Amino acid sequence: MQANTLSGGFADPATQSAHAFRSVMEAMARPGTIQDIHGAVPPAPLSPAMGAVLLTLCDTETPVYLAGDMDCEAARAWLAFHTGAPFVGPAQCMFAVGKWDALTPLAIYPIGTSEYPDRSATLIVECSELAAGATLTGPGIKDQATLSLPELEAFQANRTLFPLGLDFIFTCGERLAALPRSIEVSRSSSEAIAQAGAS
Amino acid sequence: MTEYNFAYLDEQTKRMIRRAILKGLAIPGYQVPFASREMPMPYGWGTGGVQVSAAVLTPKDTFKVIDQGADDTTNAVSIRTFFQRTAGVATTTATSDATVIQTRHRIPEERLHEGQILVYQVPIPEPLRFLEPRESETRKMHSLEEYGLMHVKLYEDISRHGHIATSYAYPVKVEGRYVMDPSPIPKFDNPKLGDMAAIQLFGAGREQRIYALPPYTQVVSLDFEDHPFEASKADHPCGMCGATDSYLDELIIDDAGGRMFVCSDTDYCEARQSAGHKGKDAA
Ligand SMILES: [Zn+2]
Repeated sequence: MQANTLSGGFADPATQSAHAFRSVMEAMARPGTIQDIHGAVPPAPLSPAMGAVLLTLCDTETPVYLAGDMDCEAARAWLAFHTGAPFVGPAQCMFAVGKWDALTPLAIYPIGTSEYPDRSATLIVECSELAAGATLTGPGIKDQATLSLPELEAFQANRTLFPLGLDFIFTCGERLAALPRSIEVSRSSSEAIAQAGAS
Repeated sequence: MTEYNFAYLDEQTKRMIRRAILKGLAIPGYQVPFASREMPMPYGWGTGGVQVSAAVLTPKDTFKVIDQGADDTTNAVSIRTFFQRTAGVATTTATSDATVIQTRHRIPEERLHEGQILVYQVPIPEPLRFLEPRESETRKMHSLEEYGLMHVKLYEDISRHGHIATSYAYPVKVEGRYVMDPSPIPKFDNPKLGDMAAIQLFGAGREQRIYALPPYTQVVSLDFEDHPFEASKADHPCGMCGATDSYLDELIIDDAGGRMFVCSDTDYCEARQSAGHKGKDAA
């Protein structure tokens, strides 16, 4: 076992996870807002934000799927030690962790049932940036919000499943944003103009 | 070292509640099951709300508790003291200073702002329960959006009373999808549910359900074209502060049956009185 497996968790789990949860909750309640999240120092390729989200939400009751590069010895050992979460395939997971290309296609994850739409996976997506981008509308957003998304079609298809579907947390460094299944996404007007100009 | 874990609940329980809260926010109005824990207070004291508060509070929060609008009832005082001791939070009675407000049966009169969280204590989370006692059936009705019976019940009110008599826990439809019980708030408060900058979380302890409304969620009180929803209240100004826009409680003030109407929201009423507003019954 490597030394950094044992380190990098919350030094004061009760209060640090309380603060981290508030960041996650604000992000989920106000899609498009970018929140700071601190306290975790996980081994690469997990980002500090990714680590903090996992420490806050995962334990022995939450099966986790590690996709692509994230499925490595360092990440497995750190998560197993700090959360005890069992590792599973995408079809059984409650949380999936990875970069977008490794996580897709989305059809492999549980989307809940019509009587229990909450029995669905949350995808935690490591991103190279969090910024303005696509236009978001829906619950939690006053008029409209904006967020950089890895693509549009997958999220538009996910929205059509509502109230079933997947929820997304995007992490980058020590920041995060979220996109619940309830949100409509479309190309931002500036992108649409750029596209029109290019064609 | 404190005698209790931070905010009383153990970390695993808080994680489970936090996961339920996130699902609730992602599916507005849908009742997420959770494994409710015993709390050191009776169920009637809002153990669902207390567990939700325990899962969201941080030591940096300023916490307010209202019971039917009042900060000073036994119930409100004990919940406030409980989190003061177990979570080290600051407490307040001023609505605008609070970051987390736990409430039973009211929404504060003062408009809430972004950054605030309103936690409701819910006795019966299922709006269809009085039509159908079986959980398996109500769950099916929600999944199929089978809400016709609910309208029939409201319409029976109209044929019997000439208007919709339901005045508390008046059902709403959230984002055109789930019918939701807003907890026993007066229907006067219903219009505030949808146009709210704060996050609204609902916790039912005995029935083990959590549900949520993200800010600015579309919330519509059920009604009929010929009988539109009306957010009614007693047609009086407040006797103490003179407010004409607040929800009023009727108080019996003497043995001769003398009555007086006062704001149910004590913080709102006191702030108005401090600002010099005076009602006809004020000393
Ligand atoms: Zn008053």
